[in-house]
Amino acid sequence: MNEIILTAVWGIVMMLSGAFIKNKSIPKYLAIGGLVVILIANCVELYYRESFFSIDVKNMLNVNGSETPYYLTFITVMLFSTLLYFLLNGRDFEKVGSNVAEYFALIFFILCGVGIVATFNTLLMLFIGIEIISIPLYILTGSDKRNLKSNEAGLKYFLMGAFSTGIMLMGIAFIYGGTDSASFFLDKINIGAGKMSPLLVTGLVLLLISMAFKVSAAPFHFWTPDVYDGAPTVFTSFMATIVKAAVFFAFFRLFENAFGTIQPQWQKLIVIITAATLLIGNLTAVFQQSVKRMLAYSSIAQAGFMLFALFALNNKAKEGLVLYTAAYSLATIGIFAVLIKMNDYTIDGFNGLAKKQPVLALTATIFLLSLTGIPLTAGFYAKFYMLLAAVKNGHSMWLVILAVLCAAISAYYYFRVIQAMYFKDGNETTAQDWDITPAFKTLLVLTAALVILLGIFPTIVIDWLYY
Amino acid sequence: MQNLGLRFPELLIWSPLIAGLLCFILKNDKSAKAVALFSSIVTLVISFASVMYAGDKELSGLKDAYVWMPYLGTSFNIGLDGMGHLLTFLTAFSFPLIFVATYKNNYKNASSFYGLMLLTQAGLMGVFTAMDALVFYFFWELALIPVYFLCSRWGGERRIQATFKFFVYTFTGSLLMLVGIIYVYLQTPATPFSEHSFSISAFYGLHLSFQEQHWLFWLFFIAFAIKMPIFPFHTWQPDTYEQSPTAVTMVLSGIMVKMGVFAVLRWLIPILPEGVHKFETVVIGLSVFGMIYASLIAIKQDDLKRLVAYSSIAHIGLMCAAIFSNTQIGVQGVMIQMFSHGINIIGLWIVVDLIEKQTGVRKISQLGGVAHNAPVLTIMLVVIALANIALPLTNAFVGEFMMFNGLFKMNAWYAAIAGISIILAAVYTLNMVQKVFYGETNSVTAGIKEIALNEKIILAVIVVVIFLVGVFPQPVFNLTKETVTFLIGKGR
Repeated sequence: MNEIILTAVWGIVMMLSGAFIKNKSIPKYLAIGGLVVILIANCVELYYRESFFSIDVKNMLNVNGSETPYYLTFITVMLFSTLLYFLLNGRDFEKVGSNVAEYFALIFFILCGVGIVATFNTLLMLFIGIEIISIPLYILTGSDKRNLKSNEAGLKYFLMGAFSTGIMLMGIAFIYGGTDSASFFLDKINIGAGKMSPLLVTGLVLLLISMAFKVSAAPFHFWTPDVYDGAPTVFTSFMATIVKAAVFFAFFRLFENAFGTIQPQWQKLIVIITAATLLIGNLTAVFQQSVKRMLAYSSIAQAGFMLFALFALNNKAKEGLVLYTAAYSLATIGIFAVLIKMNDYTIDGFNGLAKKQPVLALTATIFLLSLTGIPLTAGFYAKFYMLLAAVKNGHSMWLVILAVLCAAISAYYYFRVIQAMYFKDGNETTAQDWDITPAFKTLLVLTAALVILLGIFPTIVIDWLYY
Repeated sequence: MQNLGLRFPELLIWSPLIAGLLCFILKNDKSAKAVALFSSIVTLVISFASVMYAGDKELSGLKDAYVWMPYLGTSFNIGLDGMGHLLTFLTAFSFPLIFVATYKNNYKNASSFYGLMLLTQAGLMGVFTAMDALVFYFFWELALIPVYFLCSRWGGERRIQATFKFFVYTFTGSLLMLVGIIYVYLQTPATPFSEHSFSISAFYGLHLSFQEQHWLFWLFFIAFAIKMPIFPFHTWQPDTYEQSPTAVTMVLSGIMVKMGVFAVLRWLIPILPEGVHKFETVVIGLSVFGMIYASLIAIKQDDLKRLVAYSSIAHIGLMCAAIFSNTQIGVQGVMIQMFSHGINIIGLWIVVDLIEKQTGVRKISQLGGVAHNAPVLTIMLVVIALANIALPLTNAFVGEFMMFNGLFKMNAWYAAIAGISIILAAVYTLNMVQKVFYGETNSVTAGIKEIALNEKIILAVIVVVIFLVGVFPQPVFNLTKETVTFLIGKGR
């Protein structure tokens, strides 16, 4: 609750600061300071189980339930990732355009949406949350106004997003009509096993499709590479990590709480989507020459692994999902922070980086190893938990085998970047000015250290769930 | 003294790990080299002490356990049994040999080179001491990553492709094994802290159904077969051996391939005995076929490194076949041969490296008459080559004799066919010795000089070990007897 209210308020503050403060670097500090306060407020709520605000939400949001700590843990992870993201990329906001304060404001609004989709109790709140996340994102994607690609991506994202939102609304309507209680509340939908009414089935499938759209699961992933590629890289980083993780969390919560009891009925669909996402994401990423585009496909591939949480739908999946989002967000934010500093986004552009910028190369290697899922990095435990959850579920062992084979394929494209950085010689003529401060390097190293720390003691995230 | 004994397995991991990290921090290449050599000798002393102190304790005899992730049922649980002692000793013994033999090689960024080498050693020690499946998997992968960087950074011309092939092969295998480990883990009974347990005793205590064992067997076996390598999973090996810097090739062929053999003995046979029994003929068939196949290719090889690589496939094939023969004498032979093969092949690589360093050539057809200028090198090589063909009095004879004996007990035909590979081994080894070391000196080999003192010492040590183990193998038997008995008991 703290998080939702404070981010909304702070978003407005940021917006006003844009109008009254002319200095370009002040909004950055304002945003970072605000986020730290919100993070602390959220942790206080997690610790004391009580919000600063007592508002009667009519049970639309789950703010006092037994599951609340789990949601708050997730929000903490998201806020922490955003904080790292601000610290690493704060300076790059200024390069996108002149409205720095507005960009920060939009991101705070998105965080408000993240809070809502993490705690929603009714389909209406889910819809509102998803929209609060999506609309600022459309703006951010197209924020590089002079760049045609950014404009195209913004429009494409908007059209596709609006389309899938429409499908979602229709799904919600069908479900509303299909349940006996005619209610939007998740626990009222949660029907027992047995035959479902056609309305309910249609609603379920429509919701599944729209959520698959939002998390870019195949075969609804086509917008992802273009949008991720076209958007300004700073915002791609945010979209691919925090936003994606939050929407995924909503996806998981919706299907766990509303349709958990009838899982056998839709598990087959998830199996197909998972297999397609893994295959398409990984196989297409292999052929990319641009690292940015490769990361877009890699985010599809990683979504395939996250879908295992929906496939398994057990305790391990719940723990694993939080761990996965943390591991994936940290590594992706890190690798994007390195990418932004490059002039040349192709894989060849990374040639010889180890000699020119050893710190960047080393940290990027750790992030890539984490994305591959090598032990000692957070990514290993993320994948490990997902596999554990899926094997525990017991169905479709072939899907698990397919997933590990796809993980092996993913090594191919992640390691191409490592090979370029360490084993190939760079082109000396294209020397570039490195806009790198010691503070940035320190933060990168800290992020990498965090990735390794999570790889040795993943318990620091999961322990929160056991309080 | 009691406490010290309990700390041995831990020290074996920490000592190379800390020294390795220290190497990265040191910018000075010379001091990194010195640190690496010093720490590898310290590790050897620790290992020697642990072997002397412990002897052959039962599996749970010596171990450390730290609570790691209690509710997941895993702890940092490491310990040493007879087989563990043997292989940690081999690892500890090989690294000083490798460092001294390649002491004169100058690597670019030597500090990272030695750092990665020591991290590899730490990873290997971890694999051989792990008493917890998750810890084992951790170290299994961790031993791979530094090797990947070593080969890709300091290897030959086609290093990037070759090493990457190696990486993808082994990574795929490891992931399949991970699925297998997770599945077995989910079958283990609850412990006071967790629903399931990764500890080796919980794994050993399981009785999985026939059906489960059958498919789990392949998940595990493919990972190990790739590492060994067994035909048809061997294609990464000759390329990688050829392209890697020699010091790394020594680690790969001397120790890392033993990871596969070791893992079959520790994690496959006791956990999935039915699966092993069901597929033993398939595996022995593949191994025996691989032996003949690799030997025939070795005969045709003109490149010294590739020749040794294929000869290694043939030797490993015999070990694998002997393991699956499931006889006391066969498995005992594997134990001693794991050690002997490690020493012998490192000796061969040292000789190949010496020749390549001096002449710049590895082609057998271009070399000849090395014996004229380098008699000491030649004598040493001949002994190592004879050990490679497993002549009596050499260490390999003991092992191969026992392995053939075990194989014969199981099925005489397999032993007979596998026996052909001995003849083929003699053909390619002696052919190589004859063409490279005897005959006329040519322009390439005219400038060759006698080897330096450090190389003489190392080769002499290897030769002494070859004869020592060949004449008096009893200590190795004593060390591993309990492990073998345990394995055979499980396998039945």
